[in-house]
Amino acid sequence: MKRRRSRAWLLVVPFYFYTIVFVILPLAYMVLLSFLQRAEIWGVTKEVTWDNYKNILEPIYLHTFAESLKLALICTALIALLGYPFGYFMAKLSKKWKSRVMILLMIPFWTSALIRMYGWIIIFRSNGLLDRLFMAIHLTEKPLRLLYTYPAVVVGMVYALLPFMILSVYSSVEKMDWSLVDAARDLGASPVYTFFTVTLKLTMPGFLSGIVLTFIPSMGLFFVADILGGNKIVLVGNLIQEQLMKARNWPFAAALSVVLMILTSLMLLLYRKVAGVKELEGLF
Amino acid sequence: MKHRIKVPHIFLAVILGVMYLPILVIVVYSLNGSKISTVWEGISFRWYRELFRDRSMREAVRNSLVLAGVSCVNAAVIGTMAAVGMRRISWKSKGIMAYFSTIPIMIPEIILGMVFMVFFSFLGLPFGMVTLVLAHTAFCIPYVFTMVRSRLVGMDRALEEAARDLGAGEGRVFFTVTLPLITPAIVSGMLLAFAMSFDDVVISIFVTGATTNTLPVKIYTQMKNGVSPEVNALSVVMLAGTGVVIGVSSLVRRKRMGE
Repeated sequence: MKRRRSRAWLLVVPFYFYTIVFVILPLAYMVLLSFLQRAEIWGVTKEVTWDNYKNILEPIYLHTFAESLKLALICTALIALLGYPFGYFMAKLSKKWKSRVMILLMIPFWTSALIRMYGWIIIFRSNGLLDRLFMAIHLTEKPLRLLYTYPAVVVGMVYALLPFMILSVYSSVEKMDWSLVDAARDLGASPVYTFFTVTLKLTMPGFLSGIVLTFIPSMGLFFVADILGGNKIVLVGNLIQEQLMKARNWPFAAALSVVLMILTSLMLLLYRKVAGVKELEGLF
Repeated sequence: MKHRIKVPHIFLAVILGVMYLPILVIVVYSLNGSKISTVWEGISFRWYRELFRDRSMREAVRNSLVLAGVSCVNAAVIGTMAAVGMRRISWKSKGIMAYFSTIPIMIPEIILGMVFMVFFSFLGLPFGMVTLVLAHTAFCIPYVFTMVRSRLVGMDRALEEAARDLGAGEGRVFFTVTLPLITPAIVSGMLLAFAMSFDDVVISIFVTGATTNTLPVKIYTQMKNGVSPEVNALSVVMLAGTGVVIGVSSLVRRKRMGE
């Protein structure tokens, strides 16, 4: 017995090492960096300061955070409206169709998000497919110029993140104990009433995890806003990228990331409180 | 039995249809002979030919395959060992460590990318394949680790104990009893990790060097600098690759369900 325990710890050493060196330390370094200042020419100064965080409170940056939150909320709401019914209906299909729909879902899900966005460019572009379709059926007379607009970004985000919601909801509907629904129906509850009092409650963990899984990435998917929104829509993600690559103000980028990370951690914490579970459902 | 078509079915079909729309558009346009993609000039394989002739493209494909391959193998080794080992140790830190290890897939990708970029430059590592592999391994580990761990939770320990009682050593028990049971979980974790790594653009942009291009990074830069029809053809090739990976993984899943 004693020997068994004495060697098992060796198995977790690489994992501990990797997690400490390549997850915890980099994160700690980011937090440290966020309290430093950019040096005149290269690198950072050694003085500790709150300036980067004060900087975020400037209206222009606060506005960016507000815009990102707004977009994330809009996208998450749309995804919930489309994804919940999809996951629900899918779980009620016959076994054969369930696995067929699952494979159909997996193909776009595993296809490069970038490539799928590219398809939307072709569709949305001025004089692109959608314009020509609309003009052909005389819905509009001239090109709508949908590319590089807010709706285009929303479509892109919803499109990229919908599968996460669908899979989360699907897995919790799948696991649900239908006898409870039958019981409610037998006792005279209407289908609608049963849905809201029984089904929705039982599938809440999956639904909430879908919301978390879509809300968090939608704050940081800068390339969607970049590709479909042109330079018009600046999200926190774009701001961080710009500060890193163009302005080369790393401490400020670090401070922005810390704030974004706090926001997402709050989301996760809230999720755990409400759903009462530790792992996000449906991911695995 | 013939199923009636009902509203739910129409809803599912419409959503799936919209999901495939951009993909379909790309496939069709990749066969367009014209250089200007708004003009249709009849079916041609011109862009596929140019794609395969493009050396930088081939190099990007090779880089992406190497990166995803190495990262998911790293993750498989580290993640599986940890999942198996954690079951047998009683350290207090293991819960918190498991939590920290999943941070890379919980936070927005852009934060992870920026964190690695500043950290690697702080360490003075040369940006390129090495930094890419280090970063990708970090977000591949949680996929394998979580999958293997949840498989182990559902597993009957009596099998391992029986093997031990019959006199098998620790290593033998692992290789003849435990490993075959968790192989499907390891493979699905690896496939997921491979796909995520192969597809990643955000983190790669931050940690790659000037001379190392991965496929998604190359596509991204091309898309920003005006689109060439080659990208359409490339996308279709990647789609085909994805199809193969999904085929393999659904085979694995079927095998696992058959157990």
